[in-house]
Amino acid sequence: MEFLIGLALIALVAAFVTVPLRRRAEPPSDSLEAERAELEALKETRYREIRDARADHAAGKLTDADFERLDRELRADAVEVLKRLDRLEERDV
Amino acid sequence: MLALGSAALAASLLVALYATGAALRGGIERDRRWVDSSRRAVYAFAALITIAVVIVESAFIGDDFSFEVVAEHSSTTTPTFYKLTAMWSSQEGSLLLWAWVLSLASSGVLYLTRRRLRELAPYATAVLMAIAAFFVGLMLIAASPFAELSPAPAEGAGLTPLLRNPYMVIHPPMLYSGYVLLSIPFAFAIAALITRRLDAAWIRSTRSFALTAWAFLGLGLLLGSRWSYEELGWGGYWGWDPVENAALMPWLIATAYIHSIMVQERRGMLKVWNVSLICGAFVLALVGTFLVRSGILESIHAFGASTVGGPLLGLIAVTAIGSSVLIATRFDGLRSERRIRSPLSREAIFLVNNLLLVGLAAVVLWGTFFPLIAEAVTGTRSSLGPPWFERFVTPLGVGLVLFTGIGPLLAWGKLSPSAAGRLLLWPGVAAGTTAVALALLTDAGESLWALFLFSFAAFTAVALGQEVWRAASARRALTGEGRGIALGRAVARNRRRYGGYLVHAGIAILLVGVAASSSFQTNRDLRLDVGESADVGDYTVTYERLDSDPTNERIAFAATLDVDRDGRDFATLSPARNYYPTMDPAAGPIGRYFEGEATSEIGLRAGAGEDFWTAFQPDLSVLDDDIARGNVELAELPPAAQGVAILALAESYAESPPPATFRVIVNPLVVWIWIGALVGLGGAAIALWPSAAARKRVRAAYAARLGRELEKA
Repeated sequence: MEFLIGLALIALVAAFVTVPLRRRAEPPSDSLEAERAELEALKETRYREIRDARADHAAGKLTDADFERLDRELRADAVEVLKRLDRLEERDV
Repeated sequence: MLALGSAALAASLLVALYATGAALRGGIERDRRWVDSSRRAVYAFAALITIAVVIVESAFIGDDFSFEVVAEHSSTTTPTFYKLTAMWSSQEGSLLLWAWVLSLASSGVLYLTRRRLRELAPYATAVLMAIAAFFVGLMLIAASPFAELSPAPAEGAGLTPLLRNPYMVIHPPMLYSGYVLLSIPFAFAIAALITRRLDAAWIRSTRSFALTAWAFLGLGLLLGSRWSYEELGWGGYWGWDPVENAALMPWLIATAYIHSIMVQERRGMLKVWNVSLICGAFVLALVGTFLVRSGILESIHAFGASTVGGPLLGLIAVTAIGSSVLIATRFDGLRSERRIRSPLSREAIFLVNNLLLVGLAAVVLWGTFFPLIAEAVTGTRSSLGPPWFERFVTPLGVGLVLFTGIGPLLAWGKLSPSAAGRLLLWPGVAAGTTAVALALLTDAGESLWALFLFSFAAFTAVALGQEVWRAASARRALTGEGRGIALGRAVARNRRRYGGYLVHAGIAILLVGVAASSSFQTNRDLRLDVGESADVGDYTVTYERLDSDPTNERIAFAATLDVDRDGRDFATLSPARNYYPTMDPAAGPIGRYFEGEATSEIGLRAGAGEDFWTAFQPDLSVLDDDIARGNVELAELPPAAQGVAILALAESYAESPPPATFRVIVNPLVVWIWIGALVGLGGAAIALWPSAAARKRVRAAYAARLGRELEKA
């Protein structure tokens, strides 16, 4: 009985694991989706950094000059990410 | 069921090897089908290991002594709760636990990243499943939980008495979860190095796993310390024992890592540090497993005889050397994108933080391994005790407390000197005031390091409070909200930051408890007869009586102590000593109940200011003649009759006991160690909790994706 259960288990595992191998190659939109998800995560990180810098400035940790320089840098980084997202949308059309 | 369990384990090895190969093929050929197949193989691996765990646990619950692991670590008289958890008291069971937690964590991270990190995930999968294959292979070759005993004995050896404690039950799964969860960021770091995708993407996706690993390791350390305090009868919570150090080292490096990755995320710096720290943390997690499981702590010779020590050492070597080679060959890609502009910046403080924590880990590593190396070279066993560790750890730890307060005050990039002066003023005043007050009004000045630590803890408390106050005030100024609402919303909008502040507060509180209880403890060993009293500090301890408290598992003697403080009733405590029977027939049918393993139940009155702690050691030598006579005269009687004689002996001893030894310890502020640790863990939970905004973004992302796909259809 245990032998049969073991055989059934192995057959089940083999069937489950090989499902993807029976399909055709991945459509391009799936890899675009992955890249979009990564860029969205990066965008949120950049936004959090901008908010943190604003909070540090409001708390008096940064002078006006230092905050403006840092804010410029962070916004430039965020804009780069937005541009990459836009280019991705163009490829997806 | 043995055969089914063995089959599940063997199948899991094949599946793990398949997952490794399929993942590598999918990564190299960029074929999603093989990558998806490898991910499914990870899920199947988790299912097969879970089946193996269920079979072993069922055997423990059902007292199936045909399983060798059950026969050696459980018995029919072991309480059900301890039967369930006895699995990980054994070599075989702990390796199975390692593999099981790894399978669940790997399944989790691969499910969560199934649509992201497309270039990294295949190589991370291969690393995780290679590690899994190692542990399963080790079980199959050297320590199978499905080894059979034939014929099966009628009774098992029982669980080691020292492990019959709730803290010891939870401690191994927590520690192992911590070790295993470090493998997740490690695997993705290796994948990032292989693919040269050295930006912060792998850090972002695995940060939660790193923080969770840190929290589990911390919880495991806390539980082990509490167990030591309550169970081992010496009154301490940390002895710099190699087994303790084995868990502390990866925790220290993981602490450095979870801070240092913030610098890479924000400023693109410390990339070499981060890959090195996570590789180091995981190597140390393997070292911890090796120390506990290889027998090397008994002696270098026990290690030589161990079947798992050599392979574990091999895995450590491959991991350490392989990681180092990858880091060295990818050095150019790991260059920082920016420089540290000012010492008055958060990134500069995090670099100092890294140095302090790595320094601490290095001290602990040297102190743990030097005796083992010395024994291997000279043949003479030696050890470095607590005084050696404390000489080096204390100044580093005191410095760390200061920086847990300074770090949150600073900003990313640069803090102007005038702003620094303004922000450091009140914390500095608090530190100075605390130092002066304690030196003048208490005995704290007798220990300079303790005085420094208390002062720096005050600095940290005021610094963190100031940060929270300023955040609430800034939000209030913008929104007009009430102070309480402004504070709550400021915390809710930035759980990582304020959760982190709470962790810092918890660590500072914990270290205050450590400093006070280490430096100002009162410790006396007393020898008292029934009715006698003795003074310990402000307390008077009177030994009132002795009771015998037998069960079918053990004999126990419990002393009743009346404790007065400054002439008033303070507490009535009942420290006890439990005696579990030995299986050694040479001890005799009566003697085996008095000469087996003994454990202590302490008497404890905990308080915010100090703990009154006591342990008890009865003098059983007066029973030697009776035991020897009973071993001879009662040898042929049935066990039930022998049991009656043993109970009668214990009762007569309790009615007229000889003087007993009591260890009495007055431990200042020790309760704040446990409170501080719980506060820190609470902070970690807050930092890990996904915000409502994050959940809304995930829903919006799915809605947007649905919209796009509907357009194309």
